[in-house]
Amino acid sequence: MSQKKNFTKGFLKENPVFVLLLGLCPALGVTTSAFNGLGMGLATTFVLVMSNIVVSLVKSSIPDKVRIPSFIVIIASFVTIVELTMQGYLPDLYEQLGLFIPLIVVNCLVLGRAEAFASKNTLKSSVIDGLGMGLGFAMALTILGGVRELLGNGAIFGWKFIEGDGILVFILSPGAFIVFGYLVALLNKINKTT
Amino acid sequence: MAKKESTFLNMVLTLLIITGLSSLALSGVFELTKGPIAKARKEKKERAIKAVLPEFDTMLLKMVMPETGKDSLEFITAYEDSLWVGTAISTYTYKGYSGLIKLMVGLLPDGCIERIAVLEQKETPGLGTKIADEKFKHQFIGKDPAKYILKVKKDGGDVDAITAATISSRAYCEAVQRAYDAFKRDGGNK
Repeated sequence: MSQKKNFTKGFLKENPVFVLLLGLCPALGVTTSAFNGLGMGLATTFVLVMSNIVVSLVKSSIPDKVRIPSFIVIIASFVTIVELTMQGYLPDLYEQLGLFIPLIVVNCLVLGRAEAFASKNTLKSSVIDGLGMGLGFAMALTILGGVRELLGNGAIFGWKFIEGDGILVFILSPGAFIVFGYLVALLNKINKTT
Repeated sequence: MAKKESTFLNMVLTLLIITGLSSLALSGVFELTKGPIAKARKEKKERAIKAVLPEFDTMLLKMVMPETGKDSLEFITAYEDSLWVGTAISTYTYKGYSGLIKLMVGLLPDGCIERIAVLEQKETPGLGTKIADEKFKHQFIGKDPAKYILKVKKDGGDVDAITAATISSRAYCEAVQRAYDAFKRDGGNK
C-alpha cells in the first residue's frame, strides 16, 4: 500500500466512525456541537499518533502474551498527558469534554490501530496511519456535531443564525443515533460509487 | 529483530519497564502542568467573583454552613473603601439533571441579587447548559428573594424555566435559594 493511500484511507474508505464503526461512544456522546466534535477528534488524533509511534518502536521487544496490557499502559499515559495539558492550558475546552477525555483510553479505535497496524508495520507507516485515522475520526465527529448543532440549535461552531430552540431531539442522544445512521448510509453510498 | 519469547521473566521485565517509564513521564507532566491548572482554576473563580459583584477593592473569605445541604458555602465579602458593597457566595446543588451544579451568586447588602455566574455544571449540552445563558440569568438581576419566589412557574414560583430543561432550572433556583438563606442567617457582614 502506498503511503498516500495509507493516509487517505482513514477519511473515506476505512473511516473509523462511519465504516469501521469504531469509537462510537465518544462519537455519539460528545458531538452535541461541531466544536466539541473537533476538540475530541484532535485530542484522539494526538493520542493515536503518539501511541502508534511508541507501539511501533517497541513492538519487537514486547512478548506477545503481554502486548495488550503494554499497549493499554502506553495509551493511558498519553491520554493522561492530554488531559493534564488541556486542563492547564485550555480550561474551557476541558470543561466541555472533561468526562470524555479519560474515555479515549478505552476508545477501541486507538487500541485497534495499535494492535492491527502499528504492531506489525514500520514507524513511518504507523505515524501516517495514526494521522490519517485520527483526522478521519476528527472529521467524522465534526460533521456529526455540525449536523446535530445545526438541526438542534440553529447554529454552527457556536455561531447562531436561526433564532429559537431548534429541533431538540437532535441535541439529545436519540438524535445522535438518527444523524449517525444517515451519515453511515451516505458514506456507504459514496464508497460504493467511487 | 526477532520477537521476544513470552517467558515469565521477559513478561515481568517488559511490564515493569513500561509501567516504570510511563510513571516517570506522567509525574514529569504533572509537575509541569500543576502550576497552570491551579492558575486556571483560580482565575476562573476570580473572574466569577468580579462578574457577580459591583466594583470592590478588598475581599474577605469565610466558610458558612447552610441549614440544608452537606457542604459549607464559601462567602466572599467585598469592600470598596472599607464600605461593604456585597457578598459573593459560592453555592451548589445536587439536583441538576446530571448532579452537581455550582454557582457564584452575588448579593447586595440589602439581600437583592446583583448577578449570578455558573461555575460548574454537567447539564445536557444545548438544553440544561442554557442556565449559563444571559436570557435565563437575566431574570434574576435586581430581584429580592424575600419577595421574588425562587421557584419555576410550574411549581408556583416567579422564575421562567428553560424550555425542556425544567429540572436544571429547578436545581438552579434551589442553589440560589440556599445561598440566600445562608446569607440571611449569617447577616453577610459579620
